[in-house]
Amino acid sequence: MPGAELPVLLPPAPPARAQGDARFGLKARHGLYIAVLFALATGAAQAASDAGLPGPFETLLKWVPFVLKGFGLNLVISFFAMLFGTIAGAALGLMQISLLAPVRSGSWLVTQFFRNSPWLVLLFAIMLLFPFELDFGFVVVPVPDWMKAVIGFSLPIMANISEVVRGAVQSLPSGQWESAESLAFTRGQTLRMVILPQCIKRMIPPWINWYCILAMATPLASIMGVEESVTYTAQALNAEGDRPELIWPFYLFLLLIFFAYTYPIARWSIRLERKFLVKT
Amino acid sequence: MEFFADFFRNLYETTGLNFVIFYEEYEAVRFVNAIWTSLKLIVICLIFSLVVGIVGAWAQGAKSRVVRLGMAGYIQFFRNTPPFVQLLFFYFVVGTTLERAGLMPLVDEGGWTEPLIGNFGWAVISLGFFAGAFNVEIFRSGIEAVPTATREAAEALGYTRLKSYIYVVLPLAFRVCLPALNNNLVNLLKTTTLAYAIAVPEMMYTANQIWSDNVNVPEMMLVLFIYYVALVGVLVWLMHRWERKMRIPGYG
Amino acid sequence: MSDATPDSTPGWTPDQPMVSIKDVHKSFGDLEVLKGVSLDIMKREVICIIGPSGSGKSTLIRCVNALNDIQKGSITVEGIEVNDPNLDKLALRKKVGMVFQQYNLFPHKTAIENVMMAPLHVLKQPRQEVEERAYGLIKKVRLEGKEHSYPGELSGGQQQRVAIARSLAMTPDVMLFDEVTAALDPETVKEVLVTIQELAEEGMTCVLVTHEMGFARELADHIYFTDRGVIVEHGPPASFFSDARDPRTKEFLSQIL
Repeated sequence: MPGAELPVLLPPAPPARAQGDARFGLKARHGLYIAVLFALATGAAQAASDAGLPGPFETLLKWVPFVLKGFGLNLVISFFAMLFGTIAGAALGLMQISLLAPVRSGSWLVTQFFRNSPWLVLLFAIMLLFPFELDFGFVVVPVPDWMKAVIGFSLPIMANISEVVRGAVQSLPSGQWESAESLAFTRGQTLRMVILPQCIKRMIPPWINWYCILAMATPLASIMGVEESVTYTAQALNAEGDRPELIWPFYLFLLLIFFAYTYPIARWSIRLERKFLVKT
Repeated sequence: MEFFADFFRNLYETTGLNFVIFYEEYEAVRFVNAIWTSLKLIVICLIFSLVVGIVGAWAQGAKSRVVRLGMAGYIQFFRNTPPFVQLLFFYFVVGTTLERAGLMPLVDEGGWTEPLIGNFGWAVISLGFFAGAFNVEIFRSGIEAVPTATREAAEALGYTRLKSYIYVVLPLAFRVCLPALNNNLVNLLKTTTLAYAIAVPEMMYTANQIWSDNVNVPEMMLVLFIYYVALVGVLVWLMHRWERKMRIPGYG
Repeated sequence: MSDATPDSTPGWTPDQPMVSIKDVHKSFGDLEVLKGVSLDIMKREVICIIGPSGSGKSTLIRCVNALNDIQKGSITVEGIEVNDPNLDKLALRKKVGMVFQQYNLFPHKTAIENVMMAPLHVLKQPRQEVEERAYGLIKKVRLEGKEHSYPGELSGGQQQRVAIARSLAMTPDVMLFDEVTAALDPETVKEVLVTIQELAEEGMTCVLVTHEMGFARELADHIYFTDRGVIVEHGPPASFFSDARDPRTKEFLSQIL
């Protein structure tokens, strides 16, 4: 049987993410690294700063609420982009397994195009080419910059979710389709009652993985001037006169908040994956 | 060549579609330099990330607990923080600190000095370590697919641990992890566009400059998309050829 | 099992073959797997199709159920032409039930739900009636008490019996069995064969692709031997096993008996 164990080579291990993180110890340990690095850096900066000015740590504390407010926008962008991207991606993924050849090819093309384009290029394209307001005749809807960023991010997410859905559906054994067909289920019934319910479990870990990637891509929006955490950090540093001893604590803080948000989600996803593996 | 340029000049005059890079020499030169810089950046980043991946996978099997913990910390840090912020951190924080502390060697450009690691260099370091973190895990899963029995057989034949790693374990591991590696390298290629933010004159940056000067955003955007989609296509094709060459008959 | 099902095509009567296969050719791309197969199956008959791997026996019964299409020839089930491009697949599958080698139960539904699903959603029968019939069928295949177990919690033999019950829930007139015991441990093979035996004794028309020669000898009305896409020899078990005439048949039988 293909893929079975050869004496010289075991079948490929389950997704690297599941394997890797299982080995890498406790949650606290790694947040500890950054926090330690952060404290050391701040301490050193404190020691090196001019006597008359407030120390870097106090300065950072002053700006923390501001940066966190920007981080809030990062999260909002990530939620909406994930929402739109998932809905569009699920539709696109189902179109990729359509029985109609033009629908299949068309959706495949769209998926490949948005998968293979760099996220920054897509973001630029939407920011520059999407209208700044939508005129529906009876109402004019302004489209703020962050909304454009949402659209820009939902495009690659849509393409990747489309692949996740297609992959999950195609990973089910053909026997499921055949036995449903023998019982005279229509294709639609088969998808709804047999195929998709089994796929949901398989799709959740990669879906969560894509959310983490998205969350960590949202700082790109600062290049476009969207007022999120990276922009705010730059503004804060500017306001403090670009003092060199501040750059370490401020940027480390940025890294820390993203880490603190993403790492627990990643660990949770691994636990979910393991749980689903056992049940099937 | 002139015919080519005339065609596009004509196109601009008749339809307003401005592909200035094809008919104006200044822009054409900029464009070609951008292609060159971008390809340099991509290839060096890919190689660097592969080296990091191989060394890191090796280090993960090390006896010393400190080394293994260090690797774990490195991987978790680079996987769970935004690559864009990592880039800014390396360039603005680490880079300027080194320069101000006098630790950055300077290169004589004949009239002025440049730091040895400029924006291009920091882009390579930052993106290389970013993709390298994922590569370490990919290589690790490949190495673990090689059963202990095979390793013992190699040892019984007299291979030292290092030699068995090079001649037996790594080649087998590679075959297993090629699809995942392919995926990661394609992602790295796309991520090199981040270098825009630190003014590395690669394709994204230069395209931006060109459309700022010539007000032809849609046309340059089209060129940009074609460029990257084509590059990704080439990389995927190369990886597929490599995969086919490395296929083990009877396995998968 | 009534003698004439209400929705048979007009013109078919129970004295005609229930399943009629005439000169069927089937290719997968360039590979011709069935090279002109013909056979008739009468109502209440039990047919066993045996032969080496790759001889086309599984492909043949899958063609009967329209899971594979045929390039040439004709297959009729109770007068319904399976090869018809306008085939009403629902009508066909109401008459033909199929059980697979890999059981193919729906793993996210319990045993009883697996049995109830098709009559509820495809035949749109009332829930009360379907539920009663389903419990009856589970009892018939001797899995009382396992109604609410998931396939993952059942043994191979138990899953296969649920699969049989699931097909029976559609009240078919003919049941196709595609090497249904091939994936089972020897101990569990018997429990499945006993279930099929009871079905046959109640008068169900059965077509089995199988390697179980003992079963074939005892229960089949007729045995067909296929090799390389054609029927080499056929006959009632009594004469088939003892007086096989074709050398290929004799070679096959000597290898497996």
